[in-house]
Amino acid sequence: MAETRIHFHEALGTLKGLLIEMGGKAEALIDLAVYGYLARDIAVCSKVLTIEKEINLAERRIDELALELLASQQPMAGDLRLITACMKINSDLERVGDQAANIARRGLAETHLAHVELPVDIPRIAAAAAGMIRRALNAFIEKDADLAFAVLKMDDVVDRMDDDAWKSLVRKMHEAPDVLDQALDALIVVRNLERVADHATNIAEGVILWIRGTDVRHGIAHLMPSQE
Amino acid sequence: MLNVSVSNKSSNPAQSGGENQRSVKLAIRNLNFYYGKFHAIKDINVEIREKTVTAFIGPSGCGKSTLLRVVNRIYDMYPGQRAEGEVIFDGENILAPRSFPKLRAKVGMVFQKPTPFPMSIYENISFGIRLYEKLNRSEMDDRVRHALIGAGLWDEVNQKLNQSSLRLSGGQQQRLCIARALAINPEILLLDEPCSALDPISTAKIEELMYQLRGTCTLIVVTHNMQQAARASEFTAFMLDGKLIEICETTQMFTKPSDRRTEDYITGRFG
Repeated sequence: MAETRIHFHEALGTLKGLLIEMGGKAEALIDLAVYGYLARDIAVCSKVLTIEKEINLAERRIDELALELLASQQPMAGDLRLITACMKINSDLERVGDQAANIARRGLAETHLAHVELPVDIPRIAAAAAGMIRRALNAFIEKDADLAFAVLKMDDVVDRMDDDAWKSLVRKMHEAPDVLDQALDALIVVRNLERVADHATNIAEGVILWIRGTDVRHGIAHLMPSQE
Repeated sequence: MLNVSVSNKSSNPAQSGGENQRSVKLAIRNLNFYYGKFHAIKDINVEIREKTVTAFIGPSGCGKSTLLRVVNRIYDMYPGQRAEGEVIFDGENILAPRSFPKLRAKVGMVFQKPTPFPMSIYENISFGIRLYEKLNRSEMDDRVRHALIGAGLWDEVNQKLNQSSLRLSGGQQQRLCIARALAINPEILLLDEPCSALDPISTAKIEELMYQLRGTCTLIVVTHNMQQAARASEFTAFMLDGKLIEICETTQMFTKPSDRRTEDYITGRFG
């Protein structure tokens, strides 16, 4: 039998497309913000703040479309789960943008401070966090629940990086109070990146909810097999 | 726990969790139905527990209305139509030869289009009762009143019981038909697209009524309106090409159906 809700399913495709576009922006914004922060590049940090506003607008547009589809199409089953997941993922991507903006603000705040060596590998943490976002989005694009489960496991790695960085930076602050401002900024940036990883986890959980119809929030995923 | 169970030799529908305290009110076993040579229902097995609302959904011609026609044996009135298998109602196979009026007293039916009799509101209700019981005027008044209250119509018609039922609105006529069915205290109420001809307000009233009735009666509703099934039923069954594909708790059916064909139908990927 033939497809009967062509218009609706096209609109769902539009919704997914908007979310993927927003996700791409959010993921790239993390890299850009970390570069701007490390380089103390005012232009780059300012650009991050501009793009973050675009992400905020995208969030509203996606929510409006999702609500419109819920109200007008009464979606069910997989379609209902997709829209629900899109709304959750949308919220998390907007927060990723917020984290990037926070990092860029640290970069702007540091322009008058001296460069110092700190015992923390921020590019490595940023790569891990942004990588989680990228994989979570790929899981969404490819409808790959196993990849989404893999993202959940990566969160522990970023958490450990965050813990290690926290200890090292606090120690540094005790040892060299003259770099307190820079170390404090680095702590904040690391924490922002750790939250990015948390949002990636939430996105992966949304993807699993959509594909499998299973709510794996709050650590339940660890109790479940990832195989179809 | 299982509230509704189902099996079908030609499919492997999932069973779902749910309340299991209620006994089986209706057990349909190996049911096949034919309109002449046309095989309309194909080997359906399903159990429906008492005092629940079960909705049957599926594309036109899938056999869901035919299934209702079997449960109260309306098909018997038409030559060339026959059912094979068993429909066990309170331990008795209603497909075996038996007294039809007794069956009809236990299994009420409401159709797509309101079918009030061309008589007064009061007589519409009392007419059916007189077929089965001899009541004095006071007792009859009481039964009519209770039936109209049960159908949510009493407040709207209690001042005009002798008025012709044909002067009621479509929604009121449909609730009058439900009151007429309720008046004989049926154990099962079959509703075949009961709201398809009604406006949203009347539809909402009947859905609310279905919700209230499930504590006293077993309801089986056939509907094309999936939102209605989602709103008003506790269990939903999906039929396709005369087969029962899946039956489960309504919440599960509309969020995470087990069968790909169910998913495709309720998301409009075929129809």
